[in-house]
Amino acid sequence: MKKLARQIIFYAALLGVWAFLAKLHLWPPYLFPPPWGVGQALWDGFADHSFWIGIAVTMKRMLIGYSLSVVLGMILGLAVSSNKFLEETLGGLLVSLQSLPSICWIPLAVLWFGLTEKAILFVVLMGSLLSVTIAMEDGRKQMPKIYGMAGRNLGASGFRLFWSVLLPASLPFIVNGMKQGWAFAWRSLIQAEMIFLSLGLGQLLMMGRDLSDMSQVMAVMILIIILGYLVDGLIFRTMERRLQEKYGLTPA
Amino acid sequence: MSTSPHQVDPPAVALVPRTGVRANVFYGKPVASVTAFPVRPVSEVVIPKVELDAISLSYKTTSGELLLALDKISLAVKPGEFLCIVGPSGCGKSTLLHLIAGLHPPTSGRILVDGAPVSGPGTDRILIFQELGLFPWLTVGGNVEFGLKMKNVSKAEREEKVQYYLRLVHLLNFRDSYIHQLSGGMRQRVALARALATEPDVLLMDEPFAALDAQTRDLLHDELERLWSETGRTIIFVTHNVREAVRLGDRVALLTFRPGRVKQEFSVSLPRPRQMEQNDVLRTARDILDCLRAEINKSLAEEYADEKAR
Repeated sequence: MKKLARQIIFYAALLGVWAFLAKLHLWPPYLFPPPWGVGQALWDGFADHSFWIGIAVTMKRMLIGYSLSVVLGMILGLAVSSNKFLEETLGGLLVSLQSLPSICWIPLAVLWFGLTEKAILFVVLMGSLLSVTIAMEDGRKQMPKIYGMAGRNLGASGFRLFWSVLLPASLPFIVNGMKQGWAFAWRSLIQAEMIFLSLGLGQLLMMGRDLSDMSQVMAVMILIIILGYLVDGLIFRTMERRLQEKYGLTPA
Repeated sequence: MSTSPHQVDPPAVALVPRTGVRANVFYGKPVASVTAFPVRPVSEVVIPKVELDAISLSYKTTSGELLLALDKISLAVKPGEFLCIVGPSGCGKSTLLHLIAGLHPPTSGRILVDGAPVSGPGTDRILIFQELGLFPWLTVGGNVEFGLKMKNVSKAEREEKVQYYLRLVHLLNFRDSYIHQLSGGMRQRVALARALATEPDVLLMDEPFAALDAQTRDLLHDELERLWSETGRTIIFVTHNVREAVRLGDRVALLTFRPGRVKQEFSVSLPRPRQMEQNDVLRTARDILDCLRAEINKSLAEEYADEKAR
């Protein structure tokens, strides 16, 4: 609880400094809005439903694009990790592709799919697919060999060995990959939405810029941070911690 | 197999000259050792449960040189026998068990179970790994049930066996616990129950009690001896602890340090149940230890040499 108290004091102080600077009127309010201006923008945004719609549209895209990338990424990762030829060829290509920021896929996506939902989903997919694939592949390699041996020793082989031993044994690594994939997908989606002008949080952000409404810009930024943190920080990190404890990967 | 009229005598245990015999140590083929406990008929002509026929194993090290880990090991284990294998660390004891379990093929030589060659893992031989390899994503009950599921045993029968074997190792109350919630001794017992539940003919144990405190270990020795005498399993037990080997084994085979060879075999005919601190156990252990010491020195010398080289 002491930790929580310290955190509350820290954020209160941050708000205080912000309010103080805004009160000094060093910059005009449309460039440096006070905290209450941002609060008002948040309230208005939710009151006229534009933020609700933005969140719903963004989360829907996220769910579709991300789920797709997890499924494809697992299949790809498995294929790459279980085949020497694929590992040497496709594996290397995937690693090098990962150095490409996913925003770079936008021109290609627009030419292929036009300014459509598909193009956005494509960018999200490319954003997280690679990290899920690579994490899956790593997981298969890092997984302690003892589980596979114990499974074979107890009579498991073929698909059953995979399904009831190898897959659960690599679960902590899979979750880690899913977490990384989520972070990448989230960034890619907001970026794509900022360029595409098609509802969503990214577009709300750009709209704020176009209207020179810094309060709205900051309100949307706060929304993006909170949503991203909720999923990444709370859901994934909790899942990861539980798994690590269960699998004895952290000194308990 | 044994119906053949031209039944051939099984190859005798690799023998070593009788030297420095003490009253309770026999070198060579065990005489029909008259032991009061457990009572089991000793028939003279038996097909060995497990037979190692000159198996060797070599592998490439990371630096590319070929290393001979096991060198023409021949051993025969009778049905229901408790064989202990001792040797210095690095002599390939664990590797030997992995070979018998069928997890890797030997470079040369044959492994026979009931006279038939081994070609892969089989639930007639279950290995309890040194690191146990219990599945953390399953409960205690789930772990014990695993092998039965793989054998497609019906649900009712699985249920019955899980209960039976968990009771046997006194863990029935922990059935729904996960592995990370258990102590070291309890994990050992889960591993034992998981191995026993598939009802293998041969139990292969790789230093299963090495990481336990003395009290827990003594307790598990008693339980293992009881389980062995009750179920009549053949046990091959690897350890670096000579006293533990004498405490448990009908016979103790001593391996040499790199490459692993059978240096000598000792038959232990002390009456059961035995205790680690018993005088005659200690005396027998000392005899074997004298023989082992040379090998331990070799292994230590090599380790120190490695350190100096670094």
